[in-house]
Amino acid sequence: MTVLVTSPIVVPLLTAVAAAFAYRRPALQQAISFAGILCLLGCAVALVAFAIEGRPMSVAFGGWEAPFGIEFKVDRLGAIMVLLTAIMGAAALLFQVGDPESNPGDRVGSPQRPPFVLPLLHGMLMGVCGAFVTADLFNMYVWFEVMLIGVLGLFAAGGRIDQLEATFKYFVLNVAGTLLLVVAVGSVYAVTGQLNFAALSEAAALLSPGMALVLLASLAVAFLVKAGAFPLFAWLPAAYHTLPGPVLALVAGLLTKVGVYALLRVYGDVFAPAPDAALDLAREALGWIAAATMLTGVLGAAYHWDMRRILGFHIISQIGYMLLGIALGTEAGNGGTLFYTAHHIIVKANLFFIAAIAWRLTGSYDLRRIGGLANARPALALVFAIPALSLVGIPPLSGFWAKLIVLRESLALGHVAWTVVALVVSFLTLYSMMKIWMEAFWKPHPEPSRPIAARGLAPAWCVTVGLALITVLIGLFPETLAAYCMAAAAEIGAVP
Amino acid sequence: MIWVIAIAIWATLFVGARLAMSRDLFRIVVGLALISSGIVLMLFSSGRIYTVEPAVIAAGETVLPATAANPIPQALVLTAIVIGFALVCFAFVLVVRVVRDGDTDSAEDLRYAEPAPTHPVEPPVSPASCDPPHPDASPEFGPNDGSCAGAGGRRP
Repeated sequence: MTVLVTSPIVVPLLTAVAAAFAYRRPALQQAISFAGILCLLGCAVALVAFAIEGRPMSVAFGGWEAPFGIEFKVDRLGAIMVLLTAIMGAAALLFQVGDPESNPGDRVGSPQRPPFVLPLLHGMLMGVCGAFVTADLFNMYVWFEVMLIGVLGLFAAGGRIDQLEATFKYFVLNVAGTLLLVVAVGSVYAVTGQLNFAALSEAAALLSPGMALVLLASLAVAFLVKAGAFPLFAWLPAAYHTLPGPVLALVAGLLTKVGVYALLRVYGDVFAPAPDAALDLAREALGWIAAATMLTGVLGAAYHWDMRRILGFHIISQIGYMLLGIALGTEAGNGGTLFYTAHHIIVKANLFFIAAIAWRLTGSYDLRRIGGLANARPALALVFAIPALSLVGIPPLSGFWAKLIVLRESLALGHVAWTVVALVVSFLTLYSMMKIWMEAFWKPHPEPSRPIAARGLAPAWCVTVGLALITVLIGLFPETLAAYCMAAAAEIGAVP
Repeated sequence: MIWVIAIAIWATLFVGARLAMSRDLFRIVVGLALISSGIVLMLFSSGRIYTVEPAVIAAGETVLPATAANPIPQALVLTAIVIGFALVCFAFVLVVRVVRDGDTDSAEDLRYAEPAPTHPVEPPVSPASCDPPHPDASPEFGPNDGSCAGAGGRRP
């Protein structure tokens, strides 16, 4: 049992180390990396299987039982996030096989994959999984740092000047967020004397409303930076578009969602027993932040013509919906956030994968310089339509159910303004997806002589079709996932 | 004692913030390092800082004496220092590369990833060389040498 709980850390760690040692042999490195991600996937499935039974598994290190030692604890919420991480990691690694920026150098004339990309990628996955399984506030900060250094390495790996510049901007703004997190963790420790989640939620019940609000707000601001919420999202559109395709899809799918997870944990679990006066004010503030995040994100996307930038701004916009679920503060709201997160990770990563395929086929990410994909590759148009319409929220795809759960709860609680903003933003999302459709797929290519031929796209097709199938399956059978999410929300909200 | 620490934290944060808001890339990193030191001091002061008694349980006892130092903030501070140091080292190497390749040490001139807008409504087309090198592209579809001629130009 102990082995299984620590596996989301141990497996990526061992994989990263082994892949680092195999840096001279790209093919071996690739094989190690696949073995590692398959192992992680197996462990994640086992964790979910245990979590469904409602028995959260925990391990306290060094024999120091909680609240003294650092504790790892996998409940339903953590288990499904680890599973999503493993799925996305596997998808990105498979996509990388055919990616020219990441190939192991077997084709003459194409750029080689830097030997440290795979170790860094697994290091980043370790940070993401660590944040999902830990039950200790300071430990969570450490995992955020592991994630940060991994992704900084991935940004800088290409070595182009625009990538280095993006790395610097990402570094400065994210380190500022991390420092806020240290301040928040230090304050929480100074006031309560606890860092363990369970011990903290007992201590939170005894706090005065003012003090609870100060602690909750300082933690929330730090996590809002990480989640890319209004007005703290500047690091995301400044950097994301410089990453190579498969890494971009992985980073875009996972990293901001770790911030959302941390907010869900803090609002819905750790500080749930805090005085109502503090919680109500914090939720009200988060709700307005969520509305502003949705709106600014979608308007930023409307301005841009580069597919990566459009989709990057849509991450911000969609983060708003997840924050809205947390701001509602009810079990259904928290469950809706989890459902939304699961749906969003798969759909958003898939859109980035499809953008990467479109770049391979047409030669650019800029919508003004490409076109003609619907004629050249009708199948790609179909595969694009599924995640794009799901992102907008067209029934019966997964995004419809995600929005339905969150917005129904929002209306039921009487938050009409937030709901109206969310619905307007859905229409604007449709506008952005229409723009990509019209420009990349429908209109003819501005350079008709350009050959549409790209080799080695088979793994990329497998990934995009597979993820689109998951989206359709969630859309057709939403009850399974919804029931799991509601059970997860009930589990974290329950006072022990 | 606590006031001395508080004033030290305040001074460190003030100097750090002043540097972090400058336009010089090196000063930004030094500023962030100073802010992180100030925050580490704050984390340190969340334990008992008035005592010099080490956090050691005497023979025959089972609990730490109430006057001993609190070991947990010390452990947290050590972790935070190590992580902060690694990040600052990385950032310095990164800044050296940015200054060398980008030919500027001013944050204002970093417009390679985000070219300055030239039109009131339309965003600028990023230079073809800023797109990743395309494996199937023939030479007429843009340079493929991995260089990136952005707004600031590139040192020959």
